[in-house]
Amino acid sequence: MDEALKVLGEHIASRRPDCVANWRVELDQLTIEAAPASIIGLVEFLKSDGTCRFTHLIDITAVDHPERERRFTVVYHFLSMHQNQRVRVRAAVREDESIASLTGLFPNANWYEREVFDMFGVLFTGHPDLRRILTDYGFRGHPLRKDFPTTGYVELRYDDAQKRVVYEPVKLVHDYRQYDYLSPWEGAKYVLPGDEKGEEAK
Amino acid sequence: MGVSTALNDAGPDKEVMAEALHREVSDKGFLVTSTADVINWARTGSLHWMTFGLACCAIEMIHTSMPRYDLERFGTAPRASPRQSDMMVVAGTLTNKMAPALRKVYDQMPEPRYVLSMGSCANGGGYYHYSYSVVRGVDRIVPVDVYVPGCPPTAEALLYGILQMQRKIRRVGTITR
Repeated sequence: MDEALKVLGEHIASRRPDCVANWRVELDQLTIEAAPASIIGLVEFLKSDGTCRFTHLIDITAVDHPERERRFTVVYHFLSMHQNQRVRVRAAVREDESIASLTGLFPNANWYEREVFDMFGVLFTGHPDLRRILTDYGFRGHPLRKDFPTTGYVELRYDDAQKRVVYEPVKLVHDYRQYDYLSPWEGAKYVLPGDEKGEEAK
Repeated sequence: MGVSTALNDAGPDKEVMAEALHREVSDKGFLVTSTADVINWARTGSLHWMTFGLACCAIEMIHTSMPRYDLERFGTAPRASPRQSDMMVVAGTLTNKMAPALRKVYDQMPEPRYVLSMGSCANGGGYYHYSYSVVRGVDRIVPVDVYVPGCPPTAEALLYGILQMQRKIRRVGTITR
């Protein structure tokens, strides 16, 4: 399994060295770090090349790393029904940067990219209809960014006088709780059993 | 005809009641009761419920109306239209985006209308209480008559909730609400 993935990774990296910054096989999965500027070229190659033929776009998502200069990592998953292989392509983009849309190659990228835009605020150039897809009409902010407050900014209630549902600034009846299963009110300073191993590994 | 009002009581003897009713009908050919009683009997006996299934609670709501628990033996029927329903079962997580639609559906229901809130999410936000996209309880949007707790409530719990709803309608007992 790993051998086949390594061969595939080497093949992609040797054929498209301008697009592939780095590649690795971890946990039986091939991950390719791509440059955001050349994502279209790489995906086109993955789709059309005879030994790849990744004709299925499985998912597009993103990860937010606020501490990094290139804050968002857009992650693509592809499936090749012909080779029975999967590949993950990662591209890091800055907050003020946009990445090319894949809608020309994979029509199903349309809604995935809308979702990534909605949740993270990553812009896709060349997208035919880049609007919010999941959140409320007139929603403010991008919920899956790490700096977005979990409770959001507004809450709803029905106003009897106005006869409609109105938005109000969020007002919690009691404080936001840290669920640590020890103290219901504040975070406890302790290491969960098993977590000390993770600290050592770092 | 003895009528028991105790909470945990076997209730009146059904056999004796039926015999008495039968005697009255066969003797006089008609029964005498008050209009309010008849109307309440009709209301509790044919609760058409607006199925507002929003999440996993909807599955339990479906279980309730399937043969094992067979909600329809109480005269209820699931309606897909608010215009024909008496009761709305809000089953699941009500999101901010859905809230105006829920209120619109509620406004379209004819009086008298009742709302049953099913599950933690509908009761008070539940698991998603601190979320940016979930209404912290259906009662912020529509008046709720019966709350069924659980995550999700079992089909029995919902059945019990609907029986409590019938009981509430019977007890409130007014024609105008």
